[in-house]
Amino acid sequence: MVALTAEAPFAFIGCSELQESIAHQADDEKALAELIEEVPLDSIHFHTHSYFLRHGLIEGAYPNDFAQWVVMQIGDHVLGERLAILDPFDYPDLENLREELISIIDDHLSRSPIIPRVVFGQPFHFKRSRILEVPIGLEARTLQEFRDIVTDIDVSSIYYHMFEAHFRLRRAENDFSAWLRTSLRLTNLADRIRAINPYQGSLERLRSKLISACDDVLTSESAKS
Amino acid sequence: MHSALDEYREVSPKGTVDFLYRLSDLVQGKSFLHLNAVRYGGGMSEVLRRLVPMMLSLGVEARWEVLAGSQEYFVVITRMLNALQGRDDKLTDDMYQTYAHVIERNAKALKLEADMVMVHDHQPAGLVDYRTHGCWLWRCHLDLAQPQRPAWAFLRRYVLKYDAAIFSLSGFAQRLPIPKFLMYPSIDPLSPKNRDMSRSEIAHVLDQLGIPRVKPIILQVARFDRFKDPLGAIHTYRLVKRHQDCQLVLAGSGVMHDPEGEAVLMELREAAAHDPDIHVIQLPPEADLEINALQRSATVVLQKSVKEGFALTVSEAMWKGKPVVGSTAGGIAAQIVDGVTGYVVHSVEGAAFRIRHLLNNPGLMNRMGAMAREHVRRNFLITRQLGDYLTLLKLLPVP
Repeated sequence: MVALTAEAPFAFIGCSELQESIAHQADDEKALAELIEEVPLDSIHFHTHSYFLRHGLIEGAYPNDFAQWVVMQIGDHVLGERLAILDPFDYPDLENLREELISIIDDHLSRSPIIPRVVFGQPFHFKRSRILEVPIGLEARTLQEFRDIVTDIDVSSIYYHMFEAHFRLRRAENDFSAWLRTSLRLTNLADRIRAINPYQGSLERLRSKLISACDDVLTSESAKS
Repeated sequence: MHSALDEYREVSPKGTVDFLYRLSDLVQGKSFLHLNAVRYGGGMSEVLRRLVPMMLSLGVEARWEVLAGSQEYFVVITRMLNALQGRDDKLTDDMYQTYAHVIERNAKALKLEADMVMVHDHQPAGLVDYRTHGCWLWRCHLDLAQPQRPAWAFLRRYVLKYDAAIFSLSGFAQRLPIPKFLMYPSIDPLSPKNRDMSRSEIAHVLDQLGIPRVKPIILQVARFDRFKDPLGAIHTYRLVKRHQDCQLVLAGSGVMHDPEGEAVLMELREAAAHDPDIHVIQLPPEADLEINALQRSATVVLQKSVKEGFALTVSEAMWKGKPVVGSTAGGIAAQIVDGVTGYVVHSVEGAAFRIRHLLNNPGLMNRMGAMAREHVRRNFLITRQLGDYLTLLKLLPVP
């Protein structure tokens, strides 16, 4: 079954990001909420998703720029923890994610006698990114080929197929699980990869999870034969 | 075919070199011109010396032109640099005229045509007045957060004529009506300052510098300048020393023809006079191997600056597997992942506390050092910067 060769190969695409500064900066948590409401969705994407592209290996203490900033620059650990637990995987699109961010900050401020602000730290600078898709010329037709390419590929390709495809390009599921399901008809493996939450860990950890999922199938098929 | 880029396969992240080859396929035959003020000296020239051949080997028609200036012009641009970074250096109308005159002369001598022209810093910025075609980018390596108003007003008139500006950090940028991109600078892992060194090479350099290798070394590499807070580094060391036997090495350059640098150096020597464990080392310009050896022999690296540019000495030390304890100035905090690759601190006491903690936990130091090297591998190597430039060439339209 896993020796199946797909008619349509999986063509890997990597990506390169240009970071662009936009003319908004927040010095306190109220301004942060107001600007989250105002900035383009690309900026929400930048601070919650492409964060992972910039932290390919090392997992910081907080998985998005907003949580990181309120803890590191303002010193508000309570809000930082509330923003850190927020899981973008739970929201159908960026607009819903934006609303949830605002709601968390507003709720926090309604219970606080003051508006926490930067005293010694740096303001929050809003940014967005321009993403360049780069076809990297590698194709997989079998699960073994897929697994071998994932092992050595530039980590931006894992980001592109797991984050960009699903969340910015609004494809129904990530590119890897979609191909395994439709082209190799490996439904269980596709479900397992679709269920991986890409927000829990770095891109390198994601790569390990993908390899491990493929290896489980390849090993079990090899034992059968 | 082996190219300048292939040398980086062993040091860059998995898949990066192949990715850069594919990225370069998208910009084959395009031309990219770098313009700056000096061929030698400074981190930017160091990186351009490697980047331009790498771009050429990838099929991009890269060129690097350097401005020719007079003695008078270099006085003007030094004052302008200080004023742009907030120092109270005044510029006269005659000085502005000298700047414009040198720019005009260079515009006639240089070939400015290219699909993309990247003009580095203020010195050649005025060349934009002579642009013909292509996309013109102003790459600012300076901290423009609080410039002297007249100097910035003068430069801004030129900057507005660019298609976009590029800054190292958001906090370094001024308000501008053109797109502003952000790019960290980078280090070259194969340069003399960062290449691997054998134990015997390191020992030889340390012997030459007169630094014993018995006690743990706290190291700060920085120009002798008050903004680098070397006296703060000595206070930090003294707090650590109460609990932990160690030595402090302050290595720097930049006192030649610099009265302030000389004054700082004298103060430091005075402060260190009665302590044989403080080593104040004056390095010549481009003492790359010495810096490399010092960073490799350090136990903990300190960057106690109160005002900084990007401070790539942090990435250099992290590349050598050292945890860095650094202040929040300039780009220092952008390079350290707090609690993972080192610590970001806000005071002498904070620096001493973190260094003491590290010296008492060798296992933690090793883990942080290993993470620091990986963090630099992915974010601050020249291969990442090459990718940024190729992406610019592809994404930004040529007018």
